[in-house]
Amino acid sequence: MIRAGSCTRSATEMPFNRKDLLGIRELSVEEITTILDTAESFKEVSARSIKKVPALRGKTVINLFFEASTRTRTSFELAAKRLSADAVNISTSTSSVSKGESLIDTAQNLQAMSPDAIVIRHPSPGVPQQLSRLVSASIINGGDGAHEHPTQALLDAFTIREHKGQIGGLQIAIVGDIMHSRVARSNVHLLTRLGAHVRIAGPRTLIPVAYDRLIENSEGSLTICDHIDEAIAGSDVVMMLRIQRERMSDAFFPSLKEYSIQYGLTLRRLETAASDCIVMHPGPVNRGVEISSDVVDSARSLILDQVTNGVAVRMAILFLLIGSEAQ
Amino acid sequence: MKLKTHVMDAAGINRALSRLASQIVERNVGTSDLLLVGIRRRGVPLAERIADKIEQFEGVRPPTGQLDITLYRDDLSTIGPRPVVNKTDIPADVTDSTIVLVDDVLYTGRTVRAAMDELVDFGRPRRVELAVLIDRGHRELPIQADYVGKDVQTTDNEIVKVMLKDYDEDEQVIVVETD
Repeated sequence: MIRAGSCTRSATEMPFNRKDLLGIRELSVEEITTILDTAESFKEVSARSIKKVPALRGKTVINLFFEASTRTRTSFELAAKRLSADAVNISTSTSSVSKGESLIDTAQNLQAMSPDAIVIRHPSPGVPQQLSRLVSASIINGGDGAHEHPTQALLDAFTIREHKGQIGGLQIAIVGDIMHSRVARSNVHLLTRLGAHVRIAGPRTLIPVAYDRLIENSEGSLTICDHIDEAIAGSDVVMMLRIQRERMSDAFFPSLKEYSIQYGLTLRRLETAASDCIVMHPGPVNRGVEISSDVVDSARSLILDQVTNGVAVRMAILFLLIGSEAQ
Repeated sequence: MKLKTHVMDAAGINRALSRLASQIVERNVGTSDLLLVGIRRRGVPLAERIADKIEQFEGVRPPTGQLDITLYRDDLSTIGPRPVVNKTDIPADVTDSTIVLVDDVLYTGRTVRAAMDELVDFGRPRRVELAVLIDRGHRELPIQADYVGKDVQTTDNEIVKVMLKDYDEDEQVIVVETD
């Protein structure tokens, strides 16, 4: 089978020429499409008996994680290794950061070992941008505070596209702790840019005022719903977010139980969605809080597909950033 | 670029592919365990056409696959613009099969080297053979084709253009000279 896309676009060149991947906001539709198309080709590599291609032989990728992570860190590590790059993981609990080293010193020391890419996750927004100015290695934002988590949004978009064929025209509900969610922010940018209509829902205390400006600029492609049922009705995709208790210093809602009753996704609530509606969650899932166990395990749930696709999307990103010399 | 010679027209391509197909089944005594793998891009439609012809001769169509060798290129870090990575698709078990790699032009041999490296990541074929429409010489690696549509004498500043209606407006093989 010959894919139509490969015939129409230039056979040797792709519209992607960046040093870093810091956020979705700065990406054009063409760049996003390039990443998703490339990821489609990379997905097959993970299905081979020998899950490795030599594309990044001799390149070094450092995973620098200042926050807990299972999925993202493992996903980046596997992506690098399946491209034959050397991957090094640094978590702050075991690094010199716990001895008081500053971010700048850590970055300069890592740079001195000439890595080709650094994947960084940090609790403060803007740290990847700062790092990108300090080092010549490609910086990939693996999540910075409540700001952005671009690779998650890209793998979500990839999963939606894989199941729905396209993203333009879809009704997509994003429900839960919008305020603390970099996943929500990156997805709102990405999905509206690709032509979807996004409805966000959650307790008003967990929807930051900054979204008012996003809505103003969205030309109707982004709306806020007060009730989860309003957001779900007729949706093609429902994306649930985790309640990030570790980031909450104040009381945003009375109790987890009440949150679960008001905003938890159940099979019954899904009845009003489109008949082929898919359910997504970036993980980790709190079963019985934002999403009921039977929804997680239902045929509509693509939560594990998201994880599988995450490796392919991160392979594509690593390849596009450090696979060949920039022009 | 200026046109130097016409090598084949559409009928010529068709005749060459017929000959390659009959040579492949003759040498392999039929089609059992045969797998045709086209190297992207133009090797892919050529592999499909050869499979069609083998079906006409033998009544059985061997399975076909396609390889995108981009990730296995030896010049990946220096080729400049980000290359497009397309899908590789090997539909049958490679282990113990006889694979015929199909490409349009055999030149330096580097593409074939990359294709063989990629192929063995799918398993251990019993034998790998190479079929090309045009062999233009100038090898940089010790690689030979088992089946050749036509040998064409060329110089370094010439380009052999294989045009197939799957991708191009015309269907022909020409040699052009670069400036």
